[in-house]
Amino acid sequence: MKIKLKSEEVKVFYKDFQALHGIDIDIYENRVTALIGPSGCGKSTFLRTINRLNELIQGTKTEGRIYLDQKDIYSAEIDVVALRKKVGMVFQKPSVFPMSIYENVAYGPKIHGIKNKAQLDSIVEKSLIAANLWQEVKERVHKPAAGLSGGQQQRLVIARVLAVEPEVILMDEPASALDPISTSKLEELIGELKKNYTIVIVTHNMQQAARVSDYTGFFLNGELIEYSKTKELFVNPRDKRTEDYITGRFG
Amino acid sequence: MKRNKINERLVEILLRVSASASVLAIIIITFFIFYKGIPLLAKVGIIDFLFNLNWNPTKGSFGIGAMVIGSLAVTLSSLIWSVPLGIMTAILMAEIAPPKFSGILSRLVELLAGIPSVVYGFFGLIVIVPMIRNYLGGVGLSVLAGAIVLGIMILPTIINISRDAINAVPEEYKVNSLALGATHYQSISRVILPAARSGIITAIVLGLGRAIGETMAVLMVTGNSAVIPDSLLSPVRTMTSNIVLEMGYAAGDHQAALFATGTVLFVFIVILNLAVSISMKAGTEDGN
Repeated sequence: MKIKLKSEEVKVFYKDFQALHGIDIDIYENRVTALIGPSGCGKSTFLRTINRLNELIQGTKTEGRIYLDQKDIYSAEIDVVALRKKVGMVFQKPSVFPMSIYENVAYGPKIHGIKNKAQLDSIVEKSLIAANLWQEVKERVHKPAAGLSGGQQQRLVIARVLAVEPEVILMDEPASALDPISTSKLEELIGELKKNYTIVIVTHNMQQAARVSDYTGFFLNGELIEYSKTKELFVNPRDKRTEDYITGRFG
Repeated sequence: MKRNKINERLVEILLRVSASASVLAIIIITFFIFYKGIPLLAKVGIIDFLFNLNWNPTKGSFGIGAMVIGSLAVTLSSLIWSVPLGIMTAILMAEIAPPKFSGILSRLVELLAGIPSVVYGFFGLIVIVPMIRNYLGGVGLSVLAGAIVLGIMILPTIINISRDAINAVPEEYKVNSLALGATHYQSISRVILPAARSGIITAIVLGLGRAIGETMAVLMVTGNSAVIPDSLLSPVRTMTSNIVLEMGYAAGDHQAALFATGTVLFVFIVILNLAVSISMKAGTEDGN
């Protein structure tokens, strides 16, 4: 199995606070990797090192190396814009831009230089189909995206990410603001997307991690305590702390 | 217990009286402006009053066409440079500058807003008018001098309101846009500014309202001849200047004509305010 992402000794500091204490992890191509752990354990922070989004917060310092296809994304010659085109991200709260559904999806391709109307039309349609949203919105793609339900908005955000044709998709608790039906639709979608993408998902919900992921990493206090196949981690945890967490003794 | 109730009642009455007083003042002023202005408008005819270029009130000729054009010329030429400058400053303050620098800038803008208009006029008269005379020709008292002074005066309005509008755009829009591989400038121009559009339009219209109503500074630097300006360097008279210049000695129909000028200005400002509320409403319907 091909390793898509590899991190070595990744440490993150917010001013005086050290959020990550050296994370080493291999993330496999076309697999879903879940990162679990209690609030403040550093799982989201780690996710944001992969598309270098932590840099937006003043006073953040990142050490260590992260390789995407053997290339260190923290080396000087890496263009952050090109990196973020390859590594898309879906956030906790769906945030659609105040424009039409069509314009939301076309946003990424447009900023990356695609102007041809027919080409944009086809990208928008393909992305909405891939995000399982096309059937619900095809009659009103030129209506404001704000009119969609929360679950539809989250799938729209995913379509917007897919339109840029990323290789890796990061998801930061993508279902935490959704109702159960929307959540199950989203989980189904994640299962379909892994055929073409490598997915890293941060979740609070252990059942969700067990349902959608192939690999799971357990974070605690800025360290990666245990990382293995999802089944193994949940059925047969090696570390006592992992066992305590997944059996609900804390967190 | 009972005392509390009486106190409460008193406060309520006090608030009601204050609110009614200000509303009453507005109603009386409005009534008065129309009461004094409308008869002359009816006598001369609105079309003739607005578009006739001959202002010779002592000889019975009441056309404020030249002043309408003067007001528009000075106002629009001030907006042409102050709107882009103001919006760009707002973008710098809200999005690009470090918070400390932005804070200093914001203080300076507040200071700019607090300077009395007569001081701006004086500055224009002493500094800008001679500069125009020496470097560009003409007498210096001109549309251009008015445009420069007015532009500076409305910058605070445009900057403050645009900056607030940009700051009110949810941070997630920017983060999402950056995460899609957009640059900071792409995010500003394609997501943040469109999302702040209605606020920025409000800023421009309020600036416009302030510019068209400004009197003292304009009066001091524009030369005030009641003819149509043929270039940026010609002197010009605005509607507001017209009222101030002649109210001291006007009587009868002449005085009524000045009130009618005020009526025209008043209607203009009301239309602008309506435009603002419509644009704000359109903004909320977009879902921002």
